[in-house]
Amino acid sequence: MTAPASSEFVLEMLGIRKEFPGVVALADVDLRLRPGTIHALVGENGAGKSTLMNCVFGLVDPDAGRIVLDGQDIVVPSPRAALDAGISMIQQELHPIPARSVMENIWLGRFPTRRVAGLSFVDHRRMATDTRRLLAGVGIDIPPDTLAEDLSVSQVQLMELARALSFRAKVIILDEPTSSLSEHEVATLFAIIRRLRDEGAAVVYISHKMEEIREISDEISIMRDGHMIGTWPTRELSIDQIITRMVGRELTARFPEKTHRPGATLLEVRDLTSAIPGSFQAVSFELHRGEVLGIGGLVGAQRTELVESIFGMRPVASGEIVIDGQPVVIRSPLDAKRARIALLTEDRRLSGIIPTRSVEENAILASLRAYANRLGIVHAGPARRAAAESIDRLQVRTPSLRTPITSLSGGNQQKVLFARWLLADPEILILDEPTRGIDVGAKFEIYTIINELAALGKGIIMISSEMLELLGASDRIVVMCRGRVTGQVDARTTDQATIMRLATDVEALIAADEGQAVGA
Amino acid sequence: MKGRPSVPEPLPADGVVSAPARRGPSGDRIREWVGANAIILVLVALIVGIAIIDSGFVSLTNLRNILLNSSTRLIIALGAGIVLISRGVDLSAGRMVGLAAVVSASMLQVEDYGRLFFPDLVPLPLFAPLVIAISLCVFFGAINGIVIAKLHVPPFIATLGMMVIIYGINAIYFDQTPNNSQPIGGLRDDFTALGTGAVGEGPLSIPYIVIIAALTAVVFWILLNKTVFGKNVYAIGGNPQAAAVSGIDIAKNIIAVYALAGATYGLAGVLEAARTGGANSSYGSLYELDAIAACVVGGVSTAGGIGRVGGITVGVLVFGVINYGLTFIGINPFWQQIIKGVIIIGAVAFDIARNWRQR
Repeated sequence: MTAPASSEFVLEMLGIRKEFPGVVALADVDLRLRPGTIHALVGENGAGKSTLMNCVFGLVDPDAGRIVLDGQDIVVPSPRAALDAGISMIQQELHPIPARSVMENIWLGRFPTRRVAGLSFVDHRRMATDTRRLLAGVGIDIPPDTLAEDLSVSQVQLMELARALSFRAKVIILDEPTSSLSEHEVATLFAIIRRLRDEGAAVVYISHKMEEIREISDEISIMRDGHMIGTWPTRELSIDQIITRMVGRELTARFPEKTHRPGATLLEVRDLTSAIPGSFQAVSFELHRGEVLGIGGLVGAQRTELVESIFGMRPVASGEIVIDGQPVVIRSPLDAKRARIALLTEDRRLSGIIPTRSVEENAILASLRAYANRLGIVHAGPARRAAAESIDRLQVRTPSLRTPITSLSGGNQQKVLFARWLLADPEILILDEPTRGIDVGAKFEIYTIINELAALGKGIIMISSEMLELLGASDRIVVMCRGRVTGQVDARTTDQATIMRLATDVEALIAADEGQAVGA
Repeated sequence: MKGRPSVPEPLPADGVVSAPARRGPSGDRIREWVGANAIILVLVALIVGIAIIDSGFVSLTNLRNILLNSSTRLIIALGAGIVLISRGVDLSAGRMVGLAAVVSASMLQVEDYGRLFFPDLVPLPLFAPLVIAISLCVFFGAINGIVIAKLHVPPFIATLGMMVIIYGINAIYFDQTPNNSQPIGGLRDDFTALGTGAVGEGPLSIPYIVIIAALTAVVFWILLNKTVFGKNVYAIGGNPQAAAVSGIDIAKNIIAVYALAGATYGLAGVLEAARTGGANSSYGSLYELDAIAACVVGGVSTAGGIGRVGGITVGVLVFGVINYGLTFIGINPFWQQIIKGVIIIGAVAFDIARNWRQR
């Protein structure tokens, strides 16, 4: 089966296909990497970049396709197999073992040993020596026995890079490596990446930051909706051309018609600044009754942090929240619920469903009090009827109310969570990525629900990383970049490229290019 | 994650909220029932096995004795169980039992008894010492809850500390002059009647203590299944973050859970003193482990969010039958320990294996 592969490439991914229920994550994707090249991989959130790389790194099992390394077909059943084959990947989210030393983190799973009296012991001295050499190679000077928890985020990143190097990797994949680094640290990282390239490694660089991509990469591959759009030498494309290729889609009949008419001001957020350094700053916006307000931005724009702060889950340093003209103080989700705000969180598993309970109990959770007498005894009949009615209205496909929620599909679980908040009857409904991981049909149903709620005069805030969704489902869009609002646009008159420019803060970049003094 | 999507298979779109779940052929249904109720089968198997060895085992007297011995265990297990459901654990249970036993007994001795704990104490109405003893346990339970919910000390540590503290308090109380750590005896008849009296006569009579345990179980069943509090506890145990986002006051509920658990330990301690006609400061030692064992055997998840009153009851009865029945047929008590240990581990391993397969 091994077709002759050109020695021009160190790694070839051919016809990689991966389907999740209801979603084609990768549709026969090809990617070829040359040695001694930095290869940028770009696309909107959900385009399939990370899934593709997870296939090479043994974290995801592709349904079809070939992976060819140095002209040989390989299978990658696990990250360990990938590492042994010379493929390293630094994940977007780093998970070092905090209470162990840097060297133990680096050599975890393959500690050097020596034999004493016939028994095997960890060779700490050799491990320390090797670690020092590796750390010097990535330009950080810390003792090998420093605990990982004492490192800064960038040091952890460099430690992971050192770990990647220790496998003598031919292919190094970096997934959003700079999302939490300062400019100076980015410069250090880039110097190391360039040196790795010059030593012959192929580096895959996944990023949303256009300026970095143009600075560091030699080639660029663009993905969209699980398809590979193409590969170009980076210098041949302008930022605008990259963005157009990333988003180049047409609005189709994937959204129900918007019928809502925004009315009086419902919520005002004034100069809201997070108490957490590096999070959002001086965010102001208004939400009207009957309006769907989209919040757009890329990873790291602090959108989730913003809405969770409004909902009382995170501390706020300054600023004001005004509902119906009255300033309100919200310090906990309970306060938020009393102010009739509801939040559908981004992570359904982490903070949405109660996996051990039934559909009914999950639906009724936020409004139990309304169906209980003074002793706190819940009237089973009315509670069940209310749950059934909302489940019915949202067309949740479930065999019964007593079915465990975990046996429903993702889209139906999400609809149960919608039901939970509908039963609580909020005035302001905040939706954080409400259609993530949901198939297209269920998405349409969720947009329809959103429209119905808006028609009832509720105010809806919807965070979305999908530009089409922002354009198709909202009335106005607030765009954020690195914790600041970079623009507010009317969804009817704007386009995807405009949003992407605001989300990457291209104006600031161009201004900086032109040599004007613009703060980063 | 690898190779398998994390989202469960979508269900067939067979309409909305309709008839109960359609299941496969009846073989599947039987297998499912057996899986979910395996512990009941273990209980039946134990009883049948013991009865085969000695048919004299099946008698009303023995049933009555098993229930009598299991009553306080059940009350404690219900408290320990609701704590486990809330994603906690309570190691202070046994020492609270001991405290309530000593405190109540110390105030309920007959006046002419030779060695009185409080020689000058006027006779108190029966309920007063009981209320004092149980309230103390509610108080310490609430402190457990506050330390866990407000100071964010892990439940294991918080209640471990409380277990040691309460033993110290109880030992100091018990060591007061003139008692000087002597076992407390000579309890009033109206008090001991709680533990030894019964409704009716002969083997058909129902001991008060069994009735109290049954009522406690009923109250817990209502609490867990019919009240906002119970549903909140299941939600907090199942996913605390989701519960918080839903506007549930986690701290308030957790404090209530531990205070309620304290009440069960207090009640059990009082009944232990009444049943045995005495008390000393080592009463209740390690009962928390028996209670946790009964809970997990009865299907309560130590990871929180799962557990039923029926399961806890059966779990307690399994250990009741082992203790009583194996002694009845003359099995060495040390062997009983080994059998109990195997059942604890086996029950949980079986449960986990079953859930793995479903996933």
